[in-house]
Amino acid sequence: MPDRLTVPHYSPTKGVHPPLLSPEYGSTRLRAPSQPMTLLPQRLTEITGPLLGEGRVGPLDHDLTRQHAGEPLGQRIIVAGRVLDEDGRAIPNTLVEVWQPNAAGRYAHVWDQHPAPLDPNFTGVGRCLTDAEGHYRFITIHPGAYPWKNHLNAWRPSHIHFSLFGRSFIQRLVTQMYFPGDPLFGQDPIYNAIPDPSVRQRLVCRWSLELTEPDWALGYVWDIVLRGSTGTPWEPQERP
Amino acid sequence: MTLPLTPSQTVGPFLSVGLTWTDGPNVVPSGSEGAIRITGQVFDGAGNPAPDAMIETWQADPDGGFVHPDDPRESAKSSFRGFGRCATDDEGVFTIVTLKPGPLPTGDGRLEAPHIDVSIFARGLLDRVVTRIYFPDEVALNATDPLLTSLSEEARSTLIAVQERATFRFDIRLQGERETAFFEL
Repeated sequence: MPDRLTVPHYSPTKGVHPPLLSPEYGSTRLRAPSQPMTLLPQRLTEITGPLLGEGRVGPLDHDLTRQHAGEPLGQRIIVAGRVLDEDGRAIPNTLVEVWQPNAAGRYAHVWDQHPAPLDPNFTGVGRCLTDAEGHYRFITIHPGAYPWKNHLNAWRPSHIHFSLFGRSFIQRLVTQMYFPGDPLFGQDPIYNAIPDPSVRQRLVCRWSLELTEPDWALGYVWDIVLRGSTGTPWEPQERP
Repeated sequence: MTLPLTPSQTVGPFLSVGLTWTDGPNVVPSGSEGAIRITGQVFDGAGNPAPDAMIETWQADPDGGFVHPDDPRESAKSSFRGFGRCATDDEGVFTIVTLKPGPLPTGDGRLEAPHIDVSIFARGLLDRVVTRIYFPDEVALNATDPLLTSLSEEARSTLIAVQERATFRFDIRLQGERETAFFEL
């Protein structure tokens, strides 16, 4: 056994995440906790987390355009990037889950009944594992914008939901990726719940000529950065 | 090198499209030896159930083991999945089938009582909120648990499940009266 054991200690989030109570986004008013939160010490349950492997991902799960008999309607796109931590270390073999509406802005969900067509060839769900360098890649169609009831004439900018596990309970992140230059940003209280415009901008992908495939699909790049860590001493104990 | 941390956004109302698994609630198969059920309801600040939420659980196995390279204990190895996820139903109810976790060393000479870490995701939550489930039949270890003993009696009482035979009831109140104690990560 080595003389000195260490475990990761994750750096604080420094106010990057949007405040839970963001009244412009009406649903936060009755759901945001009101009591001050105690800092959860980073112990074994927090520094470990589910490492969800190959068995979770089918061969076509990364390609949302090939999950049905025919091809979905809409602009075909490639969305790719890396999952990294704040120290620039790649996070390999980690599960990435995505979901989105179809090109007309409708989700394949029973509660989405707004008057836009469903697409029988599009479910809007994908998953993949990052490779050894933290790369992920999805093929899908450009999601449509859609109306919602938050305020009069409210519309969500086009977005894809992303779910990341990283390597620990602490690194878990669910977020949304947006597209560059969307005219709907200004009126969207979810995007604008992140107070700092430069932090918000981290959720916007970049169009990439390199990733775009001739005569086939537009390419967008988006890297995801999870919390970084440094080693801290661990004192071995008798097992309870 | 410091890269800019990616901020969180809400899962929205349609999370069940993308995040639910048929075996999500089964940390272990139903009927496994020693299996317990953890069930509860998620409520908003008006006392209404949240039918569009999801909870995720993460925990040690009954011997306090994790399958993870950052667990520094050579003796603690396990094949236990440890992870559960369950979307709430129309009444805001979730259920997880799992094994009761064992106690854990803190790395500075103390012991943590058996607990399960919980993330709650929902429309209206711009980031997940995190809490812990503790067990009512662990009176001695709960009394010395470093986290529980740091909380007020009121906050502590929201974290201890209520046992009904092999089922543990754990309601989550996002806001207001008897609000669940949530933790900053």
